[in-house]
Amino acid sequence: MPVNETLSQLSDWSYGSATAIYMLAVVLFLAQQAFGKRGAESAARAAERPRTVASAGPSDTGVGGTGVAGGTAPGSAPGSTATRRYSGTAERFGRMGVALTVLGVLLHLAALVLRGVATSRAPWGNMYEFIMALCLVAVVTWLVVLRKYTVRHLSAYVLLPVVVLLFLGGTLLYSTATPVQPALQSYWLVIHVSTAAVASGIFLIPGVASIGYLLQSAGERNPARFAAMTRVLPPKETLDRIAYRTTVFAFPLFTFGVIAGAIWAEAAWGRFWGWDPKETVSFITWVIYAAYLHARSTAGWRGDRAAVINILGFAVVVFNLFFINLVIAGLHSYAQVD
Amino acid sequence: MTGQHTGADAGQRYRGTPARRVLALARNTWRGLTSMRVALILLFLLAVAAFPGAVLPQRMVNDALVAEYIADHGWWGRLLDRLQFFDVYGSVWFSAIYLLLLVSLVGCLVPRSAEYLRSMRDRPVLTPRNLRRLPHYRQATLDVDADEVIARASTRLTGWRRVERTEPDGSRTISAERGYLRETGNLVFHFALLGLIIAFAVGHMYSYEGQVIVHADGSEFCNSGIYAYDTFNPGLTVDGTELTPFCVKVNDFEADYLPNGQPENYRADIEYQSGEDLDTGTWRPYELQVNHPLRTEGDRVYLLGHGFAPEFTVTFPDGQQRRQATQWRPNDQVTLLSDGATKFDPPGVTDATERRSNQIAVTGLFAPTAHFDGAVLSSANADLLDPAVAVDVMRGDLGIDSGYGQSIFEIDENMVEQGKLERVARENLRLGEELELDDGTRIAFDGVQRWASLQVSHDPTQQWVLAFSIVMLAGLAASLTIKRRRIWIRVTPDGGTRSVVALGGLARTDQAGYGEEFTRIATELLGDAERPAHDGTEGERS
Ligand code: HEM
Repeated sequence: MPVNETLSQLSDWSYGSATAIYMLAVVLFLAQQAFGKRGAESAARAAERPRTVASAGPSDTGVGGTGVAGGTAPGSAPGSTATRRYSGTAERFGRMGVALTVLGVLLHLAALVLRGVATSRAPWGNMYEFIMALCLVAVVTWLVVLRKYTVRHLSAYVLLPVVVLLFLGGTLLYSTATPVQPALQSYWLVIHVSTAAVASGIFLIPGVASIGYLLQSAGERNPARFAAMTRVLPPKETLDRIAYRTTVFAFPLFTFGVIAGAIWAEAAWGRFWGWDPKETVSFITWVIYAAYLHARSTAGWRGDRAAVINILGFAVVVFNLFFINLVIAGLHSYAQVD
Repeated sequence: MTGQHTGADAGQRYRGTPARRVLALARNTWRGLTSMRVALILLFLLAVAAFPGAVLPQRMVNDALVAEYIADHGWWGRLLDRLQFFDVYGSVWFSAIYLLLLVSLVGCLVPRSAEYLRSMRDRPVLTPRNLRRLPHYRQATLDVDADEVIARASTRLTGWRRVERTEPDGSRTISAERGYLRETGNLVFHFALLGLIIAFAVGHMYSYEGQVIVHADGSEFCNSGIYAYDTFNPGLTVDGTELTPFCVKVNDFEADYLPNGQPENYRADIEYQSGEDLDTGTWRPYELQVNHPLRTEGDRVYLLGHGFAPEFTVTFPDGQQRRQATQWRPNDQVTLLSDGATKFDPPGVTDATERRSNQIAVTGLFAPTAHFDGAVLSSANADLLDPAVAVDVMRGDLGIDSGYGQSIFEIDENMVEQGKLERVARENLRLGEELELDDGTRIAFDGVQRWASLQVSHDPTQQWVLAFSIVMLAGLAASLTIKRRRIWIRVTPDGGTRSVVALGGLARTDQAGYGEEFTRIATELLGDAERPAHDGTEGERS
């Protein structure tokens, strides 16, 4: 099947634009945070003032100031949606950031779909495309999280790794649109690789949330440490909850992805499991996230240790993506980089 | 199970006779091993122990890479080898960890299953005195009597396990609980995991894998014994005497390429015989493709790869001809530039010594699409477009009779070193061209055959592994999505037809998100009249 050059060009263009727009969104979110910090200081001064407790509504109109208040005023219920607007400017920046992120997602999605149409196959057949899909999932997951939790001011830290990944993908790892080789022509490619991309993309979110958790936790033990960060981060209970719920969502998907991979390997390589480096690291990833879930229900392992395990889990996901694909030759290294 | 056992008091009681002490030790070890904390640590160790297998070459994956690694790394390589770092998944330390984990899993599952069965008969617990203390709470005064409220609540809570009670002060309560499937899912998950690990291990005992090269000219391969294979990897209990009988005949092989040389599709046109067909001599056709193995009699036949066999015709000075096509091996997977050695015996020579001084080997390179850089041959494409060979013709004693096996792809270099085998020509030949040796022998490159490399795999437990993993996934999904949660209702009559209704809710697991459901139920039962005192959603928007 010939590749449609025009569409593939359009896809590349959308990819570049999406990356640039995310970058801009990062700047806006950082601006929200910077202005919000000023708001936070005034909030600290006004800490004694009684605060109204809003009824929790399904809307997304709550202000991103929740975390700020929760982090500095220990008396408040963690994350209660205080409606005090700490700074109109910050709020405006935050909203613009979200709007840009949504625009970025649309372009990002267009890039992926156009690739698929251009090559007449599932658009995740090489590393460049896999990273594109993974990042899309990460950003979409984050938008979903934003609908449930007031953590908009954390967006910069989620988008930042996404931008880095997209940048690496678009430069070092870029491959032109081509059909895939015989071993990859299977509907299991669609199933296995898409669940792997979705699960890995979602895993980015708990990874970032857990880093935030550790910072908050360190700040709690010693307020002087990471003060600049802890003031703007949401309370650690919220971060922990975000990490847990996203992990719990991604873990069965990941499990399914590994099983689908094994089914595919049985048809393509003659055995369902052969300790190929990629299989091995997926196994390790799975065991680490299983350990995370165990840690959550083991006395003395909740909290910091669980957060560390979660971060380790995502580190291994990234290791699997880069190191195993680029450095170690295995069955999975199909000419993935031009 | 919960990781809180310390075994200290047990140790106190059993101090005394040595037998008792041993017993105590065993007991404590068991308790420790089956504690959640130890399970966690073992999981960690498993992850860590699996890691070297990802970064170091492994024997079971690629033997040659291991040998190369050891050679390149001197004492370090040898040390790693001694410590089984090149056989991680069969190593003593890896096995020890996963066996301990297995024991820990069993030790954890048995008591939990017992407790689970017991809890299935339990009634939801008494309504707490002060519902206000619960994470979810709402209260309202309604204009209906207690019976009505209780009836409504019971209807609303269909599907919950509930108990109605009447308290000494005349208040009526309902305790309701839901989400028992969570624990079921969790147990199912762990049991299935256990089954999976066992099925996997058993599979390793009884499985085998063999590779064989078959010419795509109607040649046949039968799964009749280890000798039929080029390479064979048996499971621990497989000695090759009881292989499932079946035969495969490769009639043709085709490969499609894109203009840039990237392969698009491989297929081998085969026929096979198995089961009763073997007796009746029936052949059934099948198109073997990369993602489509032949499945027959519980075994699978795969198309692993392919290559070429250049065909040479040797015309000896006396006019006799010998034609042969021996497979050459691809040394570049992208362009399929191949090397090999096609060996000939002089015809009609009965004297062993004379025969041994006139054997011929045609060795060198084969390119499916020739590209000459000066006289140096390379391949521009894996497709068979313009084949050529660059050959050295060797004459003399090939060493075939020496009693040592030799590679079909190479000549015995010892013979060359000993001067028993000499190069008598070096030439590039395109298809149809020939060369002539000093004694008048002519060697023509007059054809190319294709061969397919097949793999036969046998694994009697792989369906079990699949079944267990599906059950495992189902259990996992249930256990991670279902929330175990409780709701309590206390209805206190307030005069004749009014009742004070208090609702309290508690999620028993650390899953958040019960707030939404609680709010919904509370709103349905109490109406919107009263604001929640607190909704307990803890920073979460619901
Ligand atoms: C082969 C090793 C094991 C693996 C891969 C594993 C994996 C998992 C996973 C993925 C979960 C989360 C899903 C769920 O809640 O059902 C889980 C939960 C759980 N596991 Fe394991 N497990 C293993 C061994 C054990 C052992 C040995 C124990 C007992 C000491 C144990 C006790 C538990 C408990 C109590 C939970 C429930 C935690 C909760 O309610 O959140 N597991 N396990």
